[in-house]
Order: sequence, then structure tokens, then C-alpha cells
Amino acid sequence: MTNDIIILPLVVHLFFSILLMFFWNKVNFQKIVSVVGNAVALGVAIWVFIFVYNNGTYIVESGNWSAPFGIVFVGDMLAVTLVLLTAIAGFAVSIFSTISVIKARLRFGYFSVFHFLLLGLNGAFLTGDIFNLYVWFEIIIISSFVLISIGGEKNQLEGAVKYFALNFFASMIFLTALGVLYGLVGTLNMADISLKIAEVENRTLVEISAVLFLVGFGIKSAIFPLYFWLPASYHTPPSAVSAIFAGLLTKVGVYALIRVFALIYGGDSFLTILLLTLAILTIFSGGVGAIIQNNIKKVFMYFIICHIGFMIGGLALYTEIAMAGVIFYLIHDIIIKTNLFLMSGLIYRIKTTTNMKKLGGLYANYPKLSLLMAIPLFSLIGIPPLSGYWPKISLFLASFNAEEYWLFGALVFGSLITLIVIAKLWSEVFWKDQPQLDFPKKFIYFNQLRFGQKFTFIFPVAFLTFVTLYIGFGAEHIQQLSQRIATELMNNELYINAVLKQ
Amino acid sequence: MRTIILKSASSYLLPVLLLFSVFILLRGHYLPGGGFVGGLVAAIAFVLDAFSNGLDKTKSVLKFHPGFLMPLGLLIAFFSGISPIIFTDMPLMTGLWAENPIPVIGYIGSALFFDLGVYLVVIGASLTIIFTISESA
Repeated sequence: MTNDIIILPLVVHLFFSILLMFFWNKVNFQKIVSVVGNAVALGVAIWVFIFVYNNGTYIVESGNWSAPFGIVFVGDMLAVTLVLLTAIAGFAVSIFSTISVIKARLRFGYFSVFHFLLLGLNGAFLTGDIFNLYVWFEIIIISSFVLISIGGEKNQLEGAVKYFALNFFASMIFLTALGVLYGLVGTLNMADISLKIAEVENRTLVEISAVLFLVGFGIKSAIFPLYFWLPASYHTPPSAVSAIFAGLLTKVGVYALIRVFALIYGGDSFLTILLLTLAILTIFSGGVGAIIQNNIKKVFMYFIICHIGFMIGGLALYTEIAMAGVIFYLIHDIIIKTNLFLMSGLIYRIKTTTNMKKLGGLYANYPKLSLLMAIPLFSLIGIPPLSGYWPKISLFLASFNAEEYWLFGALVFGSLITLIVIAKLWSEVFWKDQPQLDFPKKFIYFNQLRFGQKFTFIFPVAFLTFVTLYIGFGAEHIQQLSQRIATELMNNELYINAVLKQ
Repeated sequence: MRTIILKSASSYLLPVLLLFSVFILLRGHYLPGGGFVGGLVAAIAFVLDAFSNGLDKTKSVLKFHPGFLMPLGLLIAFFSGISPIIFTDMPLMTGLWAENPIPVIGYIGSALFFDLGVYLVVIGASLTIIFTISESA
């Protein structure tokens, strides 16, 4: 078993999605199986994480074909950390799905597709072959398309079409970039490409392939100017689906950017300028977008875009401190964005709306719950010592040291605008008096639920908040981990040697 | 399409086409063919039967909902993928082969079970789609 430990997260999710398909009509049973499956996946992810943490980068050569020829799965620290975060987010969202997603939606294989989505995410993080990365992206797109359109409401389908069209377009560009790169170096193994790309004489074509990758992954991770699909689609599905999309789908694009640019196009001066410009514009447009929105789901969506800019900016600086900041921010962001959308689902269940104008008085009605929700919101701003604070130190320091004052300004602007918007959201949703609401009669309100049902609603939020608190208060551990990952990324000989066994 | 020619032909074509689909499935490892094509041929056999005898009759021939074949096929393919982990120490998806050939079929390997899984998934998916469309039409 330990020989193949790296691919166990994939095996678990694939097994459970197949198992869930056998019980297509038994929705209540599916709920139990899915939560158990995600608990198993979480256990396996922790095991894999500890294994790689102690033993260093570990690879599995699928089909017993040795490295540059077959497809390898590479478990380096970055990959297994993201697998662990995926498992944490997946566990929380699966529990939240059991109560918040209505039965009519669950009947169409919701949980099975959910496991396929997690399978695709884990596969994308673990693969060491760039064409295989494309295949995992396809699995992610197909399953997310099912999840976004399940239920078939009109605005949902509208969002789904936009989402699918642009993401499919991104995949096509990614495939084109792959074709160009394969034509140049004649290999698809990322470690092997990393060695051979330096010898390519046609530097123009190398830069073209880099820009194509940037566009492809840029659309997926919603960076400026290609982010318009995100605010148009993420608010349409149920909150549980939005949560997993917000937490992980855009981050897998960021992961791919980090992996490809650290391993293949590291330190290219043209790309650095391009990434810096894009990062600044992304932070600016996301922040400005967030401030004018009234729906809290849309506010959170623009925050996704804004904070993607933080990570892209750090990647553009490409120093060890900046990369540590990016990784820390990625860890913080996955948990926090998932939690924010779960919270918006919870608020919707309490108040029947997510419109800030109609919301109010949440603190007066649910003081304890409001305090619970305050922690993720404050972490998002980065109030010390909560989790958002620590990566921002690294990013500020790195941008200041590199004398990139525009990026520094953008980071400050992004943080300030987050503060302003969260302050506005807090006063509107939690402190303001409740305006007159026309309560629909058929709606099942939060306070009508039984204790167990309430617990299932609150537990995922509390669980993720606990993880956020750990990231904030145990920042030393996370910072050490991020620095280790950053060192591994900056010195990619470690990765290459592990894969090619030199 | 209740013509007498199609009706009498289809009762013979159903077993012949199914047998042919199995033949295509088995020759697929080294020659053109395989699980996907074989599955499509098998699905066509049932579609032809549904054309001539009506959907309800075909469903009673099948005895179970074709959608059931999808997870079954996936499960077989899944186990063929992880069988090297279970039976040997080799990594995922390594091809395992029997030592001696079996008459008619030939050498049996884990790839055959993957193809069998694809075969079942293709039958299940295409029949589910076609049955659903013709039910709502």
C-alpha cells in the first residue's frame, strides 16, 4: 500500500463516486456514504501529507513506465498540502450539502459528481505530466458543469452557459499551448520539459507558449481581464456548490500557474512584467467590483478575484519570500473562501435572502452565530493575529524589497478595500435593524429546524473557522511549511531529480 | 417502423449483433476494435430491437435499467486499474497478464477488464440516453 500512497486520494474519491452511482435513487443513504467517503478522504490526505512531510517528494509511476515516458504522479509538499486542503474543504462542504441542498437536486447524482470533482482536483494537484493536467482539468470542468446546472433553474442555466463557454475556451487555449510546447521540446513530463526548455533556441516561441498558458490558466483562475464569467455564474448554484467552486476551482488555476511558471518558465523577464500588470489590475478591478455590490454572494465573488491578484502578484515577484507568501495566502484563501460561501448559505437559510439591503439584525437575533461568522470575515481582512495577516506580511515585504511600488500600492489598496467592504457588510447585515421582509410561507426557516439539522448547518462553518483559527494562531507551522514549499519551488532540481531519478 | 421484414430480421439480429459486439471487444487489444466500439454495437442491437418491437418489449428483454450498467462498468474498470496494487507490488495501472492463453479468447490481462468496463459503460450510457429520448418523444 505505501508504494502507491500518493495516488490513494484519487482511488478513494473514484471508489466513492462509483459506489454512490449504485444508489442513484436512495438519496438519504447517499448522504451518509458521501460524508463517510469525505471523512476517509480526509484521513488519507492527512496520512499522505505526513508521509511526504517526513520522507520528501515521492512519486508513483503509473503503469510501471519510467519517468519521462509514462505518466507520473508527484507528491511534493505543494501538491500534498493542496490535497489536504481539498479534503478539508470537501469534508465541510459534503456535510453542508446534506442539509442545504434540496432533494430534487440531490436526486440527479449530486454526490457522485461532487466526488468526481474532488477526484479531478486531487488529480490536477498530483500529476507530474502536463497533458495529464489537461485531462484532470477536463474532469473538473465536466463535473463542475453538472454541479452548476443541476436543478435547471433559468438563471442557473444562464450562468452555466457562460461558465462552460469560457472555461471550455480556456481549455482549448491550454491545449494549444501544450501543442506548441510539445513541438518545441518533444516531451510532456513537466520535469523533463523543465530540463529541455533551456536548450530551445527559438525563444519567441517559448514565450508564445508561456503567454498561451497564462491566458488558459488566467481564464480559469479569473484574473483580469478574463474574470467576467465568475461573477456571472458563481452565485447561481446552491451555496454548497458555490463554496467548493469558490474555494478550489479558481485556486486550481493558480496552482497550475505556480507549477508551470516555477518549473518551466521561471524568472522570464517579459512574463514578470505581464504578471505584475495583470496582478495589479486584478486586485483593482476585484476590489472596485466588491464595493458596489449589494448581494453578499456577489461581494464574496469579487473578493475571490481581488485576492487572486495577491497571489499572482507574489508569483510575479518570484523571490523566496514572495513565494512563501503566495503559498500561505493560497492555504488561507482556500479555507476562507469556502467558509464565506457556506456562511452566505447559512444567512440565506436564516433570512431568505442574501441581499444586503434586505438583511439586518443578525447580531440581535443570533449573537453567538454572528461571533462565529465574525472570525472568518476578520481573517479575510487580515486583522492580526488571524490567518489573513501573516501571508500579507510576506507579500508586502517581498514587493517592497523588490521595489515594485505599484504592486505594493495595489496590495495596500486591496487590503483596505477588503476592510471597507467587510465593515459595510458587517454593519448592514449584522448591526442594522431588520428592514421589513416579505417572508415567503413555504420556506423552511433556520429556527424551525430540529437541533440535529441546525448542528449540520453550523458544524461545517465552525469546522472551517477552527481551521482558519489554527492557520492564524499556528502561523509558525504554516509559515515553515510555506517556506519549505517556496524553497522547493525555487530550487526545482529537487523536483526534477525526484521525478527523473538522477 | 412495424414492418414484417424488420420484425422477423431483428429477432435474429439481436443475438448476432451482441455476439459480434463481444467479438469486437475481444479483438480490440491489438487490432481495431475494443470496448467503446463493441459497446456501441451492442447498444445498436437493442436500439434495433426497440425500433421493430417497441420500447417496452426491449425493456422486458433487458430485465434491468440500462443505467445500472454504468456504475458496474466503472467498478470493473476501477478494479482493473488498482489490481496491480492489490495482487502485486507494482504501481497503479500496470498491465497484469496471465501466463497461458485461453482457447478462443487468447491471453487475458487487466487491460481486457478495463475494456469490459468501457463496454458496459458505453452500453449503459447510450441506452439510457436513447430510452429517455424515445420515452419523452
